[in-house]
Amino acid sequence: MMEFFSKHGQELLIKTWEHLTISGIAILLGVLVAVPLGILFTRIPKLADRLISLVGILQTIPSLAILAFFIPLMGVGKFPAIIALFVYSLLPILRNTYTGVKNVDQNVLEAGKGMGMNQWESIVKIELPLALPVIMAGIRLSTVYLIGWASLAAFIGGGGLGDFIFDGMNLYQPELIVAGTVPATILALLANGLLSVIEKKLTPKGWKETYQTL
Amino acid sequence: MLQFQHVTKRYPGGKTAVKDLNLTVDKGEFVCFIGPSGCGKTTTMKMVNRLIDITEGTILVDGKDITKQDPVALRRSIGYVIQQIGLMPHMTIKENIVLVGTLLKWSQQKKDERAKELIRLVNLPEEYLEKYPHELSGGQQQRIGVLRALAANPPLILMDEPFGALDPITRDSLQEEFKKLQKELNKTIIFVTHDMDEALKLADKIVIMRDGEIVQADTPEEILRNPADEFVEKFLGKDRLIQARPDVTTVKQIMSSSPVTVETGESLKQAISMMRKSRVDSLLVVDEEKRLKGVIDVEMIDRNWKKSTYVSEVMETEIFSVPQDSLLRDTLHKILRRSLKYVPVVDDQHRLVGIVTRASLADIVYDTIWGDGLEIEEPIAAAAE
Repeated sequence: MMEFFSKHGQELLIKTWEHLTISGIAILLGVLVAVPLGILFTRIPKLADRLISLVGILQTIPSLAILAFFIPLMGVGKFPAIIALFVYSLLPILRNTYTGVKNVDQNVLEAGKGMGMNQWESIVKIELPLALPVIMAGIRLSTVYLIGWASLAAFIGGGGLGDFIFDGMNLYQPELIVAGTVPATILALLANGLLSVIEKKLTPKGWKETYQTL
Repeated sequence: MLQFQHVTKRYPGGKTAVKDLNLTVDKGEFVCFIGPSGCGKTTTMKMVNRLIDITEGTILVDGKDITKQDPVALRRSIGYVIQQIGLMPHMTIKENIVLVGTLLKWSQQKKDERAKELIRLVNLPEEYLEKYPHELSGGQQQRIGVLRALAANPPLILMDEPFGALDPITRDSLQEEFKKLQKELNKTIIFVTHDMDEALKLADKIVIMRDGEIVQADTPEEILRNPADEFVEKFLGKDRLIQARPDVTTVKQIMSSSPVTVETGESLKQAISMMRKSRVDSLLVVDEEKRLKGVIDVEMIDRNWKKSTYVSEVMETEIFSVPQDSLLRDTLHKILRRSLKYVPVVDDQHRLVGIVTRASLADIVYDTIWGDGLEIEEPIAAAAE
């Protein structure tokens, strides 16, 4: 054990950091794209369901395949890995944002509109705060999946903890596989915990209490 | 204040919700729109703050065409209360009350002051400002809903069945509270309801609608007295028409016009013989011009007949009377509350014109319970056949 750490310790830290950045950037991009898109979809309810199924199809493409497809398109390295993961992050966030915002109490929205809120004020002051717990659930789900899938980034030279796993497989060294898997799992758990703290912080006080009693 | 000119709303499916509606609402008027569901009352109201667009015609608020104004600015200048209350669950009561202030970018100080000022209007403690909507009862929540509409001090307030979702007792007290508030603040109110009792209680003017058209628009008294057609009558209900009679009947209509009187200058002897002749124990005292001066009863005469000679010396001058055009409804309460046996009725010159006795009231209550004398005769006649 000690021997392993003295031999691979530094590499392990670097790979963990790589793993974290790859999935972190992907999820950030996912949030930046999927949340506004989800809100936009609630404004076009007739098209929304069809568009969401379309995004759902992307999700069904096997992850290994999507990475393979990206090689001719974008070559190898971190960038295509991030883009591939980003595509995967979209659906849960998009679907939860859409559902969360769509399910905001119509009466509250009508009251807001009747008070003289414009679209932007309605989104920022009512829809996002009230949909936040649902949106955050989507983000957490995406994050946990993405940290797992990020291991595949190594397949197209993206680095990360996947390097350990692939090396372990190629060299028949189970300890390397374990060294890649355990940190990835811990990362996923930590990220989930961190996000749930953020969710609690961001959810408005009165809504937290109301939401729990619902 | 508010004018509807040939307002029509047609939905894309071809359904016409409101047909060529014309109405003028004065400043400070409390107008209730009432009618069966689907009659277009809510549509009419929502066209005022442009939550629904007008198809044809014009609505003027304060003389200005609403379609020429920015809808967001227009809505901020008009109060709005909905049945489902629609308080923001994630905002404190204070933030909810001054929501329009926030949209209008008021300073925090101004918002704090306004919130405190408003919450006093509905007799809720200031600590409530820091609470959240889910901590309040339904009645308290709707009080906040009303305050929220008042926050920016709009002259016009639209209310869509605001008390419809409350239990009857809460509804009753809120109606009373709100009517008082409206009189104090002199707001113009457009109030949609399907509850006739509510409309009769609150409105200065009731607008009865059917199939997108106004059937009758008048004061509650006038509608009860002269329903425009069978639809209105049915909508009011027979019970209410009969029961409402004390509400619109004046004292003059039911008083007995020949009270037994005695003149101030007459002697006690004459008074007592008059009582004996008419089989009564008290007399109303009038002067030569029939002006009501007081009352004298057999007990007063008995106590004073040795010391005094004339009615004017003995009579009780502190006497309660009602003007002949006052409403029976009010008189009835006074008689019952003060446990009076009768009330003299006077004209504007304070001349005695009649008397309302407990017997006249018994007649009214009888009619209310059994209907008009005419109505019970019919089944009897029918049975005899």
